[in-house]
Amino acid sequence: MNRQYIIRRLLIAIPSLLGISVILFSVLAMAPGDPFEELATNPAIPPEVRQALRAKFGLDDPVWQRYLHWLAAMMQGDWGFSFQSRMDVDKLILQRLPVTLIVIGASQILAISVAIPVGVLAAVRPYSIFDQVASTFAMIGFSLPTFFTGLVLILVFSIQLDWLPFVYRADVNATGWAFYWEHIKQSIMPVVVLGLAQAGTLVRFMRSSVLDVIRLDYVTTARSKGIGERKVLIRHVVRNALIPVVTLVALQLPAVFGGAIVTEQIFRVPGIGSLLIAAILANDTPVVMGVTFVFACLVVLFNLIADILYGWLDPRISFR
Amino acid sequence: MNEREMRRLIGAVKHGKLSRRAFAQRMMAVGLTAPMATQLLAIAGVAHAQPKSQYKPTKRGGGGLLKVLWWQGPTLLNPHFAVGTKDQDGSRIFYEPLAAWDPEGNLKPKLAASIPGREDGTLAADGKSVVWKLKQGVTWHDGKPFTADDVVFNWEYAKDPATAAVTSGSYNEIMVEKIDQYSVMVKFAKPTPFWADAFVGTRGMMIPKHLFAEFTGAKSREAPTNLKPVGTGAYMFKDFKPGDLVAGVINPNYHQDNKPYFDAIEMKGGGDAVSAARAVLQSGEFDFAWNLQVEDEILQKLEKGGKGRLIYTKGGGIEHIQLNNTDPWTEVDGERSSIKTKHPTLGDPAVRQALALLIDKDSVEKHIYGRTGRASANFIYNPERFRSKNTKYEFNVDKAIDILEKAGWKKGADGIREKDGKKLKFVYQTSINQPRQKTQAIVKQAAQKAGIDIELKSVTASVFFSSDVANPDTYTKFYCDLQMYTTTMSQPDPEVFMLQFTSAEVATKENKWQGRNITRWQNKEYDDNYKASQSELDPVKRAAMLIKANEMVINQQVVIPVVSRPTVSTLGLKLNASISGWDNNTWDLSDWYKDA
Repeated sequence: MNRQYIIRRLLIAIPSLLGISVILFSVLAMAPGDPFEELATNPAIPPEVRQALRAKFGLDDPVWQRYLHWLAAMMQGDWGFSFQSRMDVDKLILQRLPVTLIVIGASQILAISVAIPVGVLAAVRPYSIFDQVASTFAMIGFSLPTFFTGLVLILVFSIQLDWLPFVYRADVNATGWAFYWEHIKQSIMPVVVLGLAQAGTLVRFMRSSVLDVIRLDYVTTARSKGIGERKVLIRHVVRNALIPVVTLVALQLPAVFGGAIVTEQIFRVPGIGSLLIAAILANDTPVVMGVTFVFACLVVLFNLIADILYGWLDPRISFR
Repeated sequence: MNEREMRRLIGAVKHGKLSRRAFAQRMMAVGLTAPMATQLLAIAGVAHAQPKSQYKPTKRGGGGLLKVLWWQGPTLLNPHFAVGTKDQDGSRIFYEPLAAWDPEGNLKPKLAASIPGREDGTLAADGKSVVWKLKQGVTWHDGKPFTADDVVFNWEYAKDPATAAVTSGSYNEIMVEKIDQYSVMVKFAKPTPFWADAFVGTRGMMIPKHLFAEFTGAKSREAPTNLKPVGTGAYMFKDFKPGDLVAGVINPNYHQDNKPYFDAIEMKGGGDAVSAARAVLQSGEFDFAWNLQVEDEILQKLEKGGKGRLIYTKGGGIEHIQLNNTDPWTEVDGERSSIKTKHPTLGDPAVRQALALLIDKDSVEKHIYGRTGRASANFIYNPERFRSKNTKYEFNVDKAIDILEKAGWKKGADGIREKDGKKLKFVYQTSINQPRQKTQAIVKQAAQKAGIDIELKSVTASVFFSSDVANPDTYTKFYCDLQMYTTTMSQPDPEVFMLQFTSAEVATKENKWQGRNITRWQNKEYDDNYKASQSELDPVKRAAMLIKANEMVINQQVVIPVVSRPTVSTLGLKLNASISGWDNNTWDLSDWYKDA
């Protein structure tokens, strides 16, 4: 692996992140709304208070000035503070990060562990009953939006059967095993909703990728050498078929953060997505900037990781 | 209702012929609030009622965890910065005011030893000062005693312009003096009939001096206690994640015996109103959910879940239609709806009367809002039996046609009435919200029958309610003929609320549309009456003036009230909680308990 290549890629990322932040900031500045809107409609609060707050938080300055302020502070590691809670933005994000990572991580693991075996089995016996059923479910999985599947699960498992809670609570008041059990119980539905939507796409990818590989000559050669079917599949077929799938997973990870926004809202998971939604609705610019900037960094980072992984899996691809 | 009649009623309460409650309801029927009615009684020397406590548990704690759901979670926990009710409700778990408003509009002492009154001289006869006696032996959660110094500090903190406290309106114009360790005097520049504003209810929560003294003015944001409240309330701070969670544990040294009942409280935020209702009514995961702005039809379905019940709390929220007094279609000096213009057709009182007759409020109530909105003739919803005789509403298309005909508005070839070449064509805007669009449709239909053409317009709420100077679609700009939204009289005294009809408050380009008078109605009689009410020494006379102000607005169709909107909350079946429309949802949290 070429270290120079990585450094160059990271350097290229800087102007693109700068560009992203300029676009974000100007779009937010152009969007209608006011963080102190609620104060405006409350007749008991003197208008001077709102003006004082606007002046104090620098909202009356021209947009370019506000942007430069933000950028200068960001360079020094100061993310600014939320207009709503007056808490530091980095603290707010860090508070939400563990839950996001646990829920998203679990859903990714679920997606991969379901999609790979199902995709492989479906491809090994194409157009069999198993393949038909798997393809149908994959189709349903990626065409149904998460807000719909989420609601259906809530209606069935929380309301009708009363098995699972549908409000996610970060502070579970239990200790020992009960603590983990409570956490698992409340995570099941959001993880399943997110994971299955992901799995739908992955199954189809895995299946077509295996189908491509399984017809190649070297597989026939391996079979004719008398290697067992299982070994042929795992050693020769799946390993090669995984290359495009791994890239796909890496590239999709940032997108999953986006998909989680909807799911987090339904199950009240206190993740980064719900923080973003609340901040957008409240016109809380520093928080929106902070969160979207984290997203932008993630996209750039995972793009890089995908490129590197690609080269590592297929050494014929060279970096220059 | 005039002054004499009011005095007679107050006399009747004094002699026990009329209950305080009935008096308060009668005052509400004519546009006052329940707290203001009880303040009138206090000034007239009728002692404040101390309602008997309904609290049953006989020991502190043992109730387990109380789980409440606010679908918009609190984002900050300093009551002086609380932007919305959600923040106040969250702060109220830990902080308490000197006194709170109960559902009937009576004051209930919290950190005060008693409610000031004329009988013990704590309420001055001239209405220029009031003495609050503080409860002794109250400690902050960190063990430090609560004293008069804290009360004085809260006044200094809130009135400092550099702090930019949202409560400043209640503290700017008063003086507060410490008399001794446990009493303070509030002095007013002019006689103030409504004396229970500072240190009371939503705007009166006390923060500790010893933790905030170093963080006043410009440094107020840096106080660590902003995020980790230390108050006097029944629950002590445990955890806070803005927008997601506020958690508290029982305060073992709470200053009221046997309270609170629950060992801990968890206020969860996020999500939407419908699923919040579901979590209480259908799955029973939570004990309480706040502010369910959901169509009644859906609530009724959810209620069949049988795990909870709905309660409707009367407050000051009123959905109303505003009629533009200026011409929204002509631009003068770079602004439309300029005060220099007159509306070409709405200027005719006949057209206004006709429009008022064309709003089918009963249908709106029946088919759209159900239990979540009551047809109202007034700015304050009134129980049927107390409905004011002076203001009433009716839906009558024939009568509207009759009025228009008599005033010379004749039907043209296209079926739309016109006079002197001016057609009765209006644009009617509101924010995007399903019940509002349905209401618009009902109004449009009725107007069509009477030969008035109404074009409907809906604007996204975040644009409509913003104060964005550059956007033409905000409600303060009012660049159309009619508009509809809900305004809330959040404070218990109507004076500030009625300011929105005075001439000096007209929203213009010059004041960046921050003026409160959005209809741009100007009336000298109203202004004079309002001005007189501000300096009126006699509280009864003042109340009569405010009632008159309300009647003028309604009778001249400056606005047409549609429905009053009670706040809807839902409680688990076993939970006992008192919710007041005049104070925060959590005003009486220390008294919440569950039936065994």
